[in-house]
Amino acid sequence: MTAPDKATPEEFRRRYEELRAGAHEKSPRLAQAAKEPSNPARIKPKKVVHREIIPGGWYWSMVIPRWQTLRIVNGGTGSVSALFWNIEDTSERYNAGDTVKVQWHANLSKGRVLFSDMGRVLMSITDDTTGGRHDFIAGGSTPSSNIRKYGDDTLRNSRDNFRLAVGKYGMGVRDVPPCVTFFAGITVGEDGRVAWAGGHDKAGDYVDLRAEMNVLAVLSNCPHPLDPSPVYAPKPIEAIVWNSPEPEEDDLCRTATEEAVRGFENTDPLFGSKA
Amino acid sequence: MTKFIDRDYATAVYDFTIPARKPWSGTLKQGQVLRIVDLESQQAVDTILYNAHNTTERYSAQDTLTAQGAAYIEAGTALMSNEGNVMATLVADTCGRHDTSAGACSCESNTVRFGHHTKYMHACRENFLLEVSKYGMSKRDIVGNINFFMNVPISPDGEVNIDDGISEPLGYVDLQAAMDVLVVISNCPQVNNPCNGFNPTPIRVLIWDAA
Repeated sequence: MTAPDKATPEEFRRRYEELRAGAHEKSPRLAQAAKEPSNPARIKPKKVVHREIIPGGWYWSMVIPRWQTLRIVNGGTGSVSALFWNIEDTSERYNAGDTVKVQWHANLSKGRVLFSDMGRVLMSITDDTTGGRHDFIAGGSTPSSNIRKYGDDTLRNSRDNFRLAVGKYGMGVRDVPPCVTFFAGITVGEDGRVAWAGGHDKAGDYVDLRAEMNVLAVLSNCPHPLDPSPVYAPKPIEAIVWNSPEPEEDDLCRTATEEAVRGFENTDPLFGSKA
Repeated sequence: MTKFIDRDYATAVYDFTIPARKPWSGTLKQGQVLRIVDLESQQAVDTILYNAHNTTERYSAQDTLTAQGAAYIEAGTALMSNEGNVMATLVADTCGRHDTSAGACSCESNTVRFGHHTKYMHACRENFLLEVSKYGMSKRDIVGNINFFMNVPISPDGEVNIDDGISEPLGYVDLQAAMDVLVVISNCPQVNNPCNGFNPTPIRVLIWDAA
């Protein structure tokens, strides 16, 4: 390994190209996992810690301990915006840029992880019935986007939902970074235009997110700002928090990529435990 | 999209060269124009804007993207705040494509992306932390930034790469302030990816009063 401060530009380039080639050779385990059918029934009733129906337009929050799992169940209209904080130090929070940059991908699905700004893993995507049709780039709705889409800034929106949710934990506007929106497919064209890829409105679709530290999770059930539907009518979604099995040594999310391995090498020492 | 504007550098009210790897901050009055010059080409300039009178209002990459329906910053882009207000507009741009989705490098994310041996290398979030601390702000105030002159194509199937920069020597962007804004810059020190051509270089910032 080249000493970091002594390498030449050519040596740095060679190292970057190696990392890039490694990252884009699709991990065979990720590809295999994408083919495996989801099993909604893997939650045993006695393992459920909490379940709650979240009405259209509303928000929900809960502190989820390490290795419990949050299932977000699509109610039929799609688009659930989400943010996560380390509850023991809420200045550590979901980082959209690091999550896509570090994993070299903006369409993240089963086997991938959500990074904090501290190079640690907040959540692992342990199941995903949509195959990764989520928006890790463009964000959630705001008063302005509701004016653009519906001509009405009194409709509930994700920006204000996040502010309300964190306000109840003594946090404020400064604690709300860019978010992720599940069940909201977008694509970025060669020309840079961001297009709605839609079609993720199947009731019963879900993602399972396993907490990898003790997190504050906030969900906002509002239509995505790029969803072309002119009607504001988000249907209820369900949040289910359950006692999921402790990850095994060969856990997919913890071992599928070199980047994930290093992310967990940064995360696990917080707890003095490894999977 | 590019747009060129000739300006007389002798008439600028402020003119400073930010050394390689260093932070900078300054306040623009509404109507003033800030030009950032990529002196030697391929130099990423990580930038966050704050409302100079209320720093809880700050640049929002996601508001900017969704308002324009496009993933990159270019000539004509209105840089939006988390309150849905225009903070500044890109009135000139010789490059035509700038990233605002990949964020700023940090010691911590470098360990994940490039290996633990890169932890003790200077990074943009170190620059940001020191610079925003002068204004009573902290890590909580560091949000997704603009990466001027940084080329991060997102492919239709979602691949995210940091590619070689496409900016020319002496290329520039002009930001015209739509409100009084505090501009915080990290002249990116990263050498583990191509965002600075593996060789960080100085940039020049100039300010002109409203015409």
